[in-house]
Amino acid sequence: MPSLKDLRNRIAATKATQKITKAMQMVAASKLRRAQAAAEAARPYAARMEKVLGNIAASVTGLDTAPRLLRGTGSDRVHLLLVCTAERGLCGPFNTAIVRLARERATALMSEGKDVKFFCVGRKGYDQLRRLYGSQIVEHVDLRAVRALHFEHAKMIAEKVIALFDKFEFDVCTLFFSRFRSVIAQIPTAQQIIPPVFDAKVADALGGAVYEFEPEAEDILADLLPRNIAVQIFRALLENAASFYGAQMSAMDNATRNAGDMIRRQTLFYNRTRQAMITKELIEIISGAEAL
Amino acid sequence: MAQLHFEFISPERVLFSGEVDQVDLPGVEGDMGILADHAPLVTALRPGVVTIYRGGSRELIVVIGGFAEVSPAGLTILADHAQPQDNYDVALLAAEIKDAEEDVADATDEAQRDKLAHRLEQLKALQAALAQ
Repeated sequence: MPSLKDLRNRIAATKATQKITKAMQMVAASKLRRAQAAAEAARPYAARMEKVLGNIAASVTGLDTAPRLLRGTGSDRVHLLLVCTAERGLCGPFNTAIVRLARERATALMSEGKDVKFFCVGRKGYDQLRRLYGSQIVEHVDLRAVRALHFEHAKMIAEKVIALFDKFEFDVCTLFFSRFRSVIAQIPTAQQIIPPVFDAKVADALGGAVYEFEPEAEDILADLLPRNIAVQIFRALLENAASFYGAQMSAMDNATRNAGDMIRRQTLFYNRTRQAMITKELIEIISGAEAL
Repeated sequence: MAQLHFEFISPERVLFSGEVDQVDLPGVEGDMGILADHAPLVTALRPGVVTIYRGGSRELIVVIGGFAEVSPAGLTILADHAQPQDNYDVALLAAEIKDAEEDVADATDEAQRDKLAHRLEQLKALQAALAQ
């Protein structure tokens, strides 16, 4: 039976934990607002980029001169999974959900006899995947020192991916990240970026008209395709950041509530124990007096 | 006069969205003015100033890199970096020029160096234009 002092200490410890989780929740909430604004601001650019590129791609597909980044290598034997996760934990199932989606995809691909390689962005995903697929991880980018995400970071990652592609290291690249829908809903998403997949219906936007290109279509595509990859990665990172804070906020909200429940239970137990001890002492005194 | 639907988007945010009279933009092969009902066109942009004409007033936006697309739906500019000229930070451009100079110095193959040197020239031209 723990002493009353032990119980008091335990309650104090739980209260301290609750204060921490509460503070983390509030920090996450304020960071979420900024991250969410950034993610939403980046959406139109990425969406427009995809649409424009889709339009252009529709007008050059079938040509042998189309860049390799657009038409792919013609095979789909080696897959690169670009897994974007967070640098930190304490955010509920956020990282695990992304990794699980990537893992399911990897298992499915491997059972079809395809080769799978990983490119990890973020420490958490790297740590989880390293245990299972240590030798298949070809690259790993750590963004822990990064305070605010800039387009340059995405560009740097995109350059690495394209360098791998140019060395014929893989045929198909799929991006894994968590799309931010709301504070309580983050959706792990897979998006194929090399070769890009376009919505069939956007291609009709021109209504049969043909673009004039300045300079040549090939030059523009050679510039545009790497940029599109960087943009899609940038969007994924921003969505991830917003999702991370959303997940952290709800995880910390839960933790705070659980700590509250625990404090109530512990206080109840403490009071009962205290009452029992008083009763016991009273009985001792009374029975002592009666014995006299 | 017919109105042109114009969207100006950078990776960070939407800078402009609405109906305008005319937009002048710095294409790689020369400046061009876009009016309503322009033929479909895609062009890369060189560093320069985009001018938006709307109801008699002008708006100037400095843009570094990007491209423009004209479709029946209107004109879309997707820029790498863009800032209104009024509060454009000249130091930013200076840093960009310094980067470009280093890139030119580091370039190994001929074609690459020509391309980078060309870009450096464009950046310097923009700097000169802004200094006036």
